[in-house]
Amino acid sequence: MNNTVKSPKRHMGLARSRAISNTVIHIVLVIISIIWLIPFVFILLQSFRCESAYQVGYVVPQQWGFDNYVSLWNSNFPKWYLNTFIIALVNAVAQTVIVLCMSYALSRFRFKLRKALMRFMLVLGFFPGMLTMIILYRVLKDIGLTQAHAVPGLILVYIASSGMGYYVSKGFFDTLPKSLDEAARVDGATRFQILRKIILPLSKPIVIYTILTAFMAPWGDFVFARYISFENSAGMNVAVGMYNWLNLDQITTKYTMFCAGGVIVAVPVTILFLCLQKYYVEGVTGGAVKG
Amino acid sequence: MKKYSDLEYLKLTKWQKFLYKLKMFFVGIPRAIKNGVFAIGRFFKNLIFGIGGFFKNLCLTFVRGDWKTKVSYVIMGFGNLMRGQILRGIMFLAFEGVFIFYMITTGGYWLSKLPTLGTVGPHEEYNAVLDAYTMAYGDNSFKILLYGVLTIFFIIAFAYTWYANIKQNKTAEEILKSGKKLKSGKQDLHSMVDDQFHKTLLALPMTGILVFTVLPIVFMILVAFTNYDGAHDGYNNSLFQWVGLDNFKTMLSWSGTGGHSYAATFGEILTWTLIWAFFATFTNYFLGMFVAMMINKKGIRVKKLWRTILVMTIAIPQFISLLYVSKMFAKNGLINLFLLNAKWINQAIPFWEDPTLARVMVIVINIWIGIPYLMLIATGILMNIPQDLYESSRIDGANAWQQYRKITLPYMLFVTGPYLLTQFIGNMNNFNVIYLLTGGAPTNASASWASGSVGHTDLLITWLFKITTGAESKYYLASVIGILVFAVVAVIALIVYNVLPSIKNEEDFQ
Repeated sequence: MNNTVKSPKRHMGLARSRAISNTVIHIVLVIISIIWLIPFVFILLQSFRCESAYQVGYVVPQQWGFDNYVSLWNSNFPKWYLNTFIIALVNAVAQTVIVLCMSYALSRFRFKLRKALMRFMLVLGFFPGMLTMIILYRVLKDIGLTQAHAVPGLILVYIASSGMGYYVSKGFFDTLPKSLDEAARVDGATRFQILRKIILPLSKPIVIYTILTAFMAPWGDFVFARYISFENSAGMNVAVGMYNWLNLDQITTKYTMFCAGGVIVAVPVTILFLCLQKYYVEGVTGGAVKG
Repeated sequence: MKKYSDLEYLKLTKWQKFLYKLKMFFVGIPRAIKNGVFAIGRFFKNLIFGIGGFFKNLCLTFVRGDWKTKVSYVIMGFGNLMRGQILRGIMFLAFEGVFIFYMITTGGYWLSKLPTLGTVGPHEEYNAVLDAYTMAYGDNSFKILLYGVLTIFFIIAFAYTWYANIKQNKTAEEILKSGKKLKSGKQDLHSMVDDQFHKTLLALPMTGILVFTVLPIVFMILVAFTNYDGAHDGYNNSLFQWVGLDNFKTMLSWSGTGGHSYAATFGEILTWTLIWAFFATFTNYFLGMFVAMMINKKGIRVKKLWRTILVMTIAIPQFISLLYVSKMFAKNGLINLFLLNAKWINQAIPFWEDPTLARVMVIVINIWIGIPYLMLIATGILMNIPQDLYESSRIDGANAWQQYRKITLPYMLFVTGPYLLTQFIGNMNNFNVIYLLTGGAPTNASASWASGSVGHTDLLITWLFKITTGAESKYYLASVIGILVFAVVAVIALIVYNVLPSIKNEEDFQ
């Protein structure tokens, strides 16, 4: 009963300490936001710098202009950009189909080897995937899908191994009530019809999440793309191509171009991402909770 | 080691319970090994009896079956065809045909070469037309190993199909005997989208995983037992051979040239890999949770803005942010130049040149990269914590720290336990952050004699990458490292899975 009757003085104290702590938190959040955004602001500003192409000790350009974007247009960058875009687009479609097939089957069916299969794939994931590059590179080379023709090769590899990433969407399918399936079964629907007419319409968030992550992954893939394109400019993606610009022999002339390229790559992806943010957040939170 | 009774155990504090569990896990290892040995013994006993029973069954089916079944032992699908299951019969028959054709034309060759990995290397041959010696290429060790493994896969698949064919004959006989009808081809097709729909769904993804993940991994495991490297590429310059356990002996031996040894280098890198994984996982975890709690706190305004700012950084491809930040802290990068210009420092801060500083930097920058993800995850989970827990604890007089210790943290750990494990494993193999930030630099003078010029921030995975791309390209060593990484990860996962459930149960919220 003592708690209900608070002395006015103590109440005031509580309110004040809460106000102080909230102010502190607001300040901390502002600082955090600045720290997180500042490199990107720097990249943006430096991409417009015309007076020198190398690193300098200030951020705001002395001479503004689009020189870096023009030289970007005249370099191999458009080719790399197109490569990456094609890979991302095909990947987004094919990978989504495969991931959904895999996760739906593992979530909804109870067959003999299901548990064993899932455990097997978990253990498979313990192996450093990078090892497989050595052999995949040589096999792809034999069929002529490396170097200048790295794009189809990369697509093939990305898609083929995409079944391993079924966790998040399986977690989502697990949350859809089984009674839906059962009711439809009673009405005589086949499993395929259930998937197409009942489950898929309910799965919009996870479908969008899968498409989004599948579309974004190729933009950042570095190591595999570098291995497969093997120093052939025609087969590189943006990450591999632009990585070379920051090598010791090129950085003096290409540093601001790297910034401009970074802007061109990041802006569309970021806008797309922010539009679909809601689904991404749902997927990430759901996936982590399920493990 | 004293074993507590249930009552005594319940009296312990949570931390003591955890320690007790951990201790019991290690104390239990000898018994687990004993049990394991027995289990293996039992497994083999069952296996032998199982195989015996299996063959007995096969023979019995053969003896008791009708003539259609008997012919099916040789001609797959014969029984199906004769009993009117045309579709199944044709599939079986076609598979057998393909298999026999493959084995005769190529499979047999690869298989016969597999034990030696080829005998005729590239050599000079007299060419009568040119009247000169020209290069001639013999066997291809790489292909022999690859297709040899593929052929073995194929044989296993064939054996399984053959067995399925026998089993189908048996069941078909039983069904016909009981007066029922067999499934028609049309019904078979229908079941592919109905009760056998999962097989249709899984067929494509599993084929992809089998060919592009499982096969390469099996191949690479086998490479660890060969001398496959840049100088023995199996075709162009020299064949490679089986070398048994030599590579593992090299990697794990303490004696090496000039006082160096691979075991010491491996140990050094492994230690740093584990330290890195630990810090990268837990700094992100706690700081991300902290940021999420700050944003979630009552009375904080524009929550959505703070979240969006952090989430936005996820969208920007890592190679841009990591490479940019890496150059920003370089010796002649933005930060150093700015500080020098402002006369705050006299000489550039060696962010990437000083071993300790470089290690701290990668961990700090990884926090910058990782917090947004953790913030998202933590936000979702924090919102699920029942608010009445906080309210009742407040009435009981708990302060914020106590609430955190007793409610928030246990709840978070309970829900995200498995996630932490995957994060830890992921960080052990976190190639991008290390490679794009430092490329492994600064060079580790005492270890750089080893293949791939080792640096102070190199993880096992970046070392592995360097080995495969260097001039020597010691694939066999990379393969050994890969297997050892697998072993380390598997052990960690095993321990965590054994300790984790107990933690979970205790901290269950009821």
